[in-house]
Amino acid sequence: MAIKVVSPGLSTTVQDLGRPGYYHIGIPLSGAMDRAAMAAANLLVGNEESAAGLEVVFMGPELEFMLPSVVAITGGEIPPKLNGTPCETWTSFAVKAGDVLSFDFLKAGARAYIAIAGGIDVPVVLGSRSTYTLGALGGHQGRKLQTGDILPVGSTPSKARAGRTLDQKLRRQSTSPAELRMLPGLYWHRVTEAAGKHFLSDTWKVAPEADRIGYRFRGGRPIEFMPRTPPFGAGSDPSNIVDACYPYGSIQIPSGTEPIVLHRDAVSGGGYFMVGAVISADMDLIAQLQPHMPARFVAVDMPTALAARKDMNAQAAAVRAVLQL
Amino acid sequence: MKTRYSFGGDEHIFVECDEEMSLQAFFKGLSITNAVRESNIKGVTEICPANASFQIKFDPDVISPDDMMAELKRLEESASKGVSMIKTRIIEVPVLYNDPWTHETLMRFRERHQDPTSTDIEYAARVNHLGTVENFIKAHSGSPWFVSMVGFVAGLPFLYQMVERGRQIEVPKYLRPRTDTPKLTVGHGGCFSCVYSVRGAGGYQMFGVTPMPIYDPAQSISYLKDFMILFRPGDIVKWRPIDRPEYDQIVADVDAGKFVPRMREVDFSLEDFERDIDGYNKKLEETLYGH
Repeated sequence: MAIKVVSPGLSTTVQDLGRPGYYHIGIPLSGAMDRAAMAAANLLVGNEESAAGLEVVFMGPELEFMLPSVVAITGGEIPPKLNGTPCETWTSFAVKAGDVLSFDFLKAGARAYIAIAGGIDVPVVLGSRSTYTLGALGGHQGRKLQTGDILPVGSTPSKARAGRTLDQKLRRQSTSPAELRMLPGLYWHRVTEAAGKHFLSDTWKVAPEADRIGYRFRGGRPIEFMPRTPPFGAGSDPSNIVDACYPYGSIQIPSGTEPIVLHRDAVSGGGYFMVGAVISADMDLIAQLQPHMPARFVAVDMPTALAARKDMNAQAAAVRAVLQL
Repeated sequence: MKTRYSFGGDEHIFVECDEEMSLQAFFKGLSITNAVRESNIKGVTEICPANASFQIKFDPDVISPDDMMAELKRLEESASKGVSMIKTRIIEVPVLYNDPWTHETLMRFRERHQDPTSTDIEYAARVNHLGTVENFIKAHSGSPWFVSMVGFVAGLPFLYQMVERGRQIEVPKYLRPRTDTPKLTVGHGGCFSCVYSVRGAGGYQMFGVTPMPIYDPAQSISYLKDFMILFRPGDIVKWRPIDRPEYDQIVADVDAGKFVPRMREVDFSLEDFERDIDGYNKKLEETLYGH
């Protein structure tokens, strides 16, 4: 079984749930930016949650199936069509050899996930099939898909079945304006009290520079810093620190102007201070933000972050319970 | 040196060993991260030592953030004696300073630079009061450098100059980061040099390029077959200025699978180094060149 890429879309990559364990040498987790959507798509077609699928950004690809299979599409609303006829999302459907999957214009969200029974069977590199494009590692030849690529697909699992669907209330959608909960910390003490308040009260907008490495925001007031003598090795700008490791979800504000939230392909470290990190339960939401969308940062404490994570895990368990029947 | 702990969201603990860079701060982080690795705490998923700090990623479904924090503080106490001696390697990195590729790139991004009228290396020579580019190259390549962090992107080493603080080269980063940096650029920002392992964005000043790959995801280069990344924290680097014909020769040798980096195993003692920096560096060089 294989899939032929007729046209690649804007930036379609092979992703699974990521490549942990190599962040200390600069190789990030990678994997689906919206992990819940990728996991659900896999369960819908009878795969393990961690099988490799395709992450589609803003503009969908055109794909030809070379053998019959079962497919499901989840995540942001980029309406899929099979041989030109609209098909259901969050629902598995059968495809025949020669069928062509294409997409309409983006309606909501930013990223859709395509799972196929058996999973995309590119080689496993350092424990994962995810594409890390900056390092030309994993996925299909370490890059986004191109016209003419042929993607191998694994053998169809016995649980593959068309017509499985996920209830509306188990599909997580982002709201507008997006509210990104964050735990203040890291170098929060570097900003003035007023600047900290502005950071949280201002409405930011997603900047065009928003990708798998990080999401940039603009439109809020510039950050003012507490005075200091630059520590040796940091650099003279008040936003500089001695280059350190960056947490996933950490919010850096180079020169105090535009916050950047690091995502699944994060640079593992650098020399900019961070005001804290977006909580793990809200990372998937970032994946579905489009440029120019409004967003706010909401400060929470650790118990709230853990409660949100518990809710997210409960939701994932509910999805599993429904789809693994 | 005061250790500062902070949560980074609900999945990370960030520990700053010191606000400023020093080899002592690096070794303190190394001691604690070694202790974390050896203690096999359930739920720890990433252990990332950095220049003067380190970071632990953990799964809060397995270990609570407060318990993780308590474990780290306990390990800091027991590791307080600390490591100051490591078995490591000294590796020679040939550099074509003032090369045509970084020159072309820096000219494209002049408006993002502090001094649009000079090149990065001319600017660095001037702000470090070294007079000429020749003197700058001599200062940059004259002493060994210590790999105090690997990261940013795959396999990129951050290098700390092994001389007294007063002689360390310091240069600000670009005013606004470039969107492009040639692969294998030797860069510098703050007190750190680096080698850009891949082409991409960057904010460090650009001084030259090395013909010696340090990251190979295909693992086809002879000395990167076992692992795709060359550098590890603790490695020591000696730059060697080369000319264009030698650069071209090394590129050809790498392609032909004939190039082997000059590399020797070496013990590094922080105390001995600090007691006599120049003398210690001379011995390191003797180990590298075998005389």
